[in-house]
Order: sequence, then structure tokens, then C-alpha cells
Amino acid sequence: MSILVDEDTRIITQGITGKAGLFHSQQCRAYAAEFRPNENILVGGVTPGKGGEEVDGFPVFNTVREAVGETGANTSLIFVPPPFCADAILEAADAGIELIVAITEGVPVLDMSRVSYKLQDYPCTLIGPNCPGIITPGVAKIGIMPGYIHKPGSVGLISKSGTLTYEATWQLGNLGLGQSTAVGIGGDPIIGTSFIDLLDMFEDDPDTEAILLIGEIGGTAEIEAAEYISEHITKPVGAFIAGKTAPPGKRMGHAGAIISGGQGTAAEKMAALEAAGVVVAESPADMGSAVKRAIDKRKS
Amino acid sequence: MKIHEYQGKKLFREAGVPVPRGIVATSPEEAAAAYNELGGSLAVVKSQIHAGGRGKGTFKDNPDQRGVVLVRSADEARQNAERMLGKTLVTIQTGDEGKQVNTLFVEEGLDIARELYLGIVVDRETHCPVLIMSSEGGMEIEVVAEKSPEKILREHFDADMGLLPFQARNLAFALGMEGATVRAAEKFLTKICKFFVDNDCSMCEINPLIVTGDGQLVALDAKVTFDENALFRHKDFEPLRDLTEEEPAEVKAQKAGLSYVKLDGNIGCLVNGAGLAMSTMDLIKLHGGEPANFLDVGGGASVEAVTEAFRIILDDKNVKAVLVNIFGGIMKCDVIVEALMTAYDKVGFEVPLVVRLEGTNVEKARKMLEESGKDIITAADLTDAAKKVVGSIS
Repeated sequence: MSILVDEDTRIITQGITGKAGLFHSQQCRAYAAEFRPNENILVGGVTPGKGGEEVDGFPVFNTVREAVGETGANTSLIFVPPPFCADAILEAADAGIELIVAITEGVPVLDMSRVSYKLQDYPCTLIGPNCPGIITPGVAKIGIMPGYIHKPGSVGLISKSGTLTYEATWQLGNLGLGQSTAVGIGGDPIIGTSFIDLLDMFEDDPDTEAILLIGEIGGTAEIEAAEYISEHITKPVGAFIAGKTAPPGKRMGHAGAIISGGQGTAAEKMAALEAAGVVVAESPADMGSAVKRAIDKRKS
Repeated sequence: MKIHEYQGKKLFREAGVPVPRGIVATSPEEAAAAYNELGGSLAVVKSQIHAGGRGKGTFKDNPDQRGVVLVRSADEARQNAERMLGKTLVTIQTGDEGKQVNTLFVEEGLDIARELYLGIVVDRETHCPVLIMSSEGGMEIEVVAEKSPEKILREHFDADMGLLPFQARNLAFALGMEGATVRAAEKFLTKICKFFVDNDCSMCEINPLIVTGDGQLVALDAKVTFDENALFRHKDFEPLRDLTEEEPAEVKAQKAGLSYVKLDGNIGCLVNGAGLAMSTMDLIKLHGGEPANFLDVGGGASVEAVTEAFRIILDDKNVKAVLVNIFGGIMKCDVIVEALMTAYDKVGFEVPLVVRLEGTNVEKARKMLEESGKDIITAADLTDAAKKVVGSIS
């Protein structure tokens, strides 16, 4: 088992005729085919006005509703440009898609405020936007991460960042620790799925034995996660918070990564996590070993 | 994107949010003329910079001169303008280097009965905009939050419905308003919240929001920040951007599609991905160095992007060494090394360059670096990279 992604995942890509949309659709198809050569998990795509066409074997549909009807897709991967992302998310939800992964970077924050409110009407999960996606190693990936650096295993990974997650995955691999599922939740101020939602899923997942949480400056999500961990999570947790040296008031790349009004500093987040019993890595070079220490601490 | 107070107030006025009458002045003569035109017995001369704390801030060459002053004659307006224009104002928010004042805003004085605080931001936790108010006008909201959190009032509102009249009344009565002032507050608060949503603001702060002697609410300040991601639907905001307020290197980086923030240290960094870039800064600091910048070169890392990134980093005269930290994913390490080497030759390096690579095709990439004969220091992992780059300058 794993979370969110499994053998039954069937993906359509919204924005499949764009350069990034097509490339990553091909990559996702190829990754899953390594393990199940006779199955195609990426069943098509949507680009309004290009319905009926085909790109590299992917059927293109005008609407998500049509794509779901024809292909039975339950998951959507979104690459549409930022002005259209909110609409694309809601279109997927309305068509009955269960898992929506929005890769798009640069979505206006008030668009996400509206999306978040509207999504309450639908029984779906949104990951992102501005995220690398999800991977269950050895099964499937829905996103833009390089598949081969991930190894199947028992660490559940939750991160706000992209390349920093790859770095963590690589460090875990060097320590012989694979991942059950790795989820990039995105670096924007409003995201569909929080640390807490995923901590809960990993806690309930029998294949996950430990959790690595990678946060960054800005907001208070990591502090809420720390409170949740101390009350509800029994599995060992390691963590790292990026941005210890970031000055207040400056946005560090991600729209959400900004220290404002003295809130959201790395120091306060690290302290909250430590107080919740989490093993916090001081250095980004020690993300993998923090998980290992958390596991060893539990054993002893 | 930040704008000046006088620009924010112009937008407020257009949205029906009451502001004092005011006139922009860029010379002492204009300041004196503005005073006469306003026609009162009192005016306020306010420095226009993108930073708060102007009233308590002082000028670098003249510690007695404040950034915001009350004047009672055209002459006084002129004399103060002379001491402010072209001079550097230092406030708690500008840092020690301060900011040069190029524009003044001369405003009519008003009869102030009360000073309140108003702020609107998007709350990450509830995913909605939230209107924050407090009876402690003029004080920084962070200070109020720390000392007397019970004085902070909040109303969350839906982006599409806006602040509802009853929510405005909740606040007005909680702030002790009565009679006609409650009705004025209802209007003012619903309008300012509509302004926030209509213009895709990421922050809107009025401190102080005043209640006048005759019970009217007026925005005495206007600190407005727009969501950069939403500027595509507000093309008319572009002329409001004051490039003199922004770090030139950051403007240059933005044009090249790079995300760059200048810092005070001497080790330049070039990294792919924002999280890894922040972590690289942390790593340098952890090993006793000081990062000179944050730089996310993005997913593409083309020759053009890397070349421009190197130029921006090396333009900073504080930089004594550069660390490149790349985790190649979809973008393969060998492709990145090719871009690095081309950029290295184009830019002409005079400081040590440490490169740490990991990820797709890393073996091939390392070999290319070694065989290039260029004076590039390679590192085995993150810690090794940090030690080598810090060691190269000490």
C-alpha cells in the first residue's frame, strides 16, 4: 500500500498539448510502464479546442467531463498556465476526478482562495499548486520529479519544495531508506492539501514506518503540523526547515516563503517540531539521517 | 509589488474609500505651493518611500529631521522639503542603509478624534482574506499582537461576497463606535475589502485609520502590496512600479526569469529550485560563511539563464567565492555543466568557483568538469561543498 497513488491510478493531463504537459505525460507513462509494461496509466489529456486530436498516442479531449467519460480517469495532472489554473482545477473536480495534482506555478492567491472554498462541495483531493507532484516508487508517479532517484520503501515524505525533496530522497537512498510515497505539497500561501492531511494519511498507511517533513519559512503550517504530531502521530518523524538565514520581508522564490510580521521563522518552526518529539536536521545535508535517527530513537 | 502611499490613496479615492486631500511634490517650491493650495492652517509633509516607520524615522545627514512632519505655513513646508528631498531616510524597516526620498506627499491636516489600525491579508490557515482591526492606531500590529492580543479583532470574508455589512458592524461596535460613525464604518470597511479583492492585493494596511471629530472614517495612511502573480489582469498597475525602490540586481534577475535576492554576505550561490537555494544559504552559514544572495536559476538552467545568473552574482563586489549547487532531475547534470562551462568562459571568473552536482547523469557531468581544465573546484556532497567554498576565502 501507499497513499494517494496506487495500481488503480489513471491519469489525464490538463494542458497536454503544451511542451511541459506533453513531456511530463510521457515521463509518467514511461515510469509506470517500467513496472507494469502492459498497462498505460496516462490515459489521455485535455486541451479545449483540440478534442479529437492525438499527441504521441494520447487521445486529446475538449473537456475533462468527456475525458473522464471516455477513459475512466480518476486523477488529473495540471500544467495549464497560471491564469487558467483555478478554472482547470474546478473543471476536474466537477467532472468527478478524485485526485487533482496542480503543477502550475504562479497562480494568484485569491484564485486559490475561491478554489478552496468551492472545492468543499466536491469529494476530491487537491495537491499543489506550484508543486512537483506525487510518487509511489515502483508503482507510479504523477508529477515532474525524476523517477529513478526514488526507491520503494517505508518512509513517507511530505515537502513544500521540489529539488530539496529530490535531495532528501537521494540522501534517504544512500542510507538504504526507500519511500512509501513522496508528496510535494507546494510552496504557495494557499495549497490544497496540508502537512496535517498527509501526516494523517501516512499514519494510517501500513506501508509507512517513518515520516520526513520538509518545510520552509513563511506561514505557520509547520507549527500546526508539530501540534498535530504531538497529539496524533505515533510513527517516528524527521524534519528539516529551509530558510534559517532568510531575512524578514524578502520573498525567497516561493510565493509562500516570506517571513512577515516576525512570524514564520525557521527557528520557531524547528523549536515547535523538536518540542513535538520530531528529530530536526540542523543541516540540509542531514535530512536523511534525521529520519534514521528518529527511527533508531524509537527502537531503543 | 509595493506602491507608494500617494498612489495607494489615489486608488482608494477612486474606489470610494475616504482619504485626506493631498498633493504630490518633488521640489521645495511644489511643497510650498501644495500647502497654499490645500488652504488650511496645518498640513503634513510625508516622505514617499516603500517602507514603514517614516514618522519616527530620521535622515542620515540630519538626525533631527523626521520623515513625516507637521507644518503650519508654506515656508515651513518648503524648508522641510529642502531637508527631505534627495536625502536618505532611515526607518526601522529600511535597514541602516536607508532609502532616498524622491517624492513628498503634502496632505491637509484633519481633526483626529481616534486612531485605529486596519489591515487586510489572505489568511493561509482559513484560505480566505481577513480584515484585522485594532483600537491601537499608530502602533505596529506586531507589537499589539504581542502585548495585548485581545485588542486585535478579525473578520474573515469570502473573496466573492466581500465583507458583509453585519461583519463591518461587528467590528464597529466592538471598537466602541456609535450612531452615524457605525454607518460610516460599514461603508468604509466594505469598500476597502472590495478594493483588496478587486485589485488582487496581497496586503492592504491603513495605520492609522482615523475617526474625525465629526465621526467620519478617513485613511490617513495607505500601504498597498499587489500579488505579483495576479498582475497579468492588472496591466494598468505597471506604471505604478517605482524601480528606484527596488534592488537593481533583483530587477535585472526578474527580467531574465531568475529569482534573486541580494544579501549581505560574500559567498554567491547559484542553485536550482527555491527550497534548495534557501537550504544552500543555510548550509553556508552553518559552516561559518555568509551567503551573498539567494538565487534560484529555475528548472530550465539554459546557457542564457546561467550566464546572466553568474553576471548578477559577480556584479556584487562583496562576492569573494561562488557556490553552484545543482540537483539535476529532469534537467540532466551534463546539460547543466555544459551551460556552466559556457557561462564560465563568457563571464570570466576571478573568484573561486565550487560546484556540487548530484542527480541525473552526474558521472558524465563530473567527468566533463574534470576534463575541462577549468579552474573549478568540485565537491562530493553538500557538506564538502560548504566547507570548500568557505575554506576558499579564509
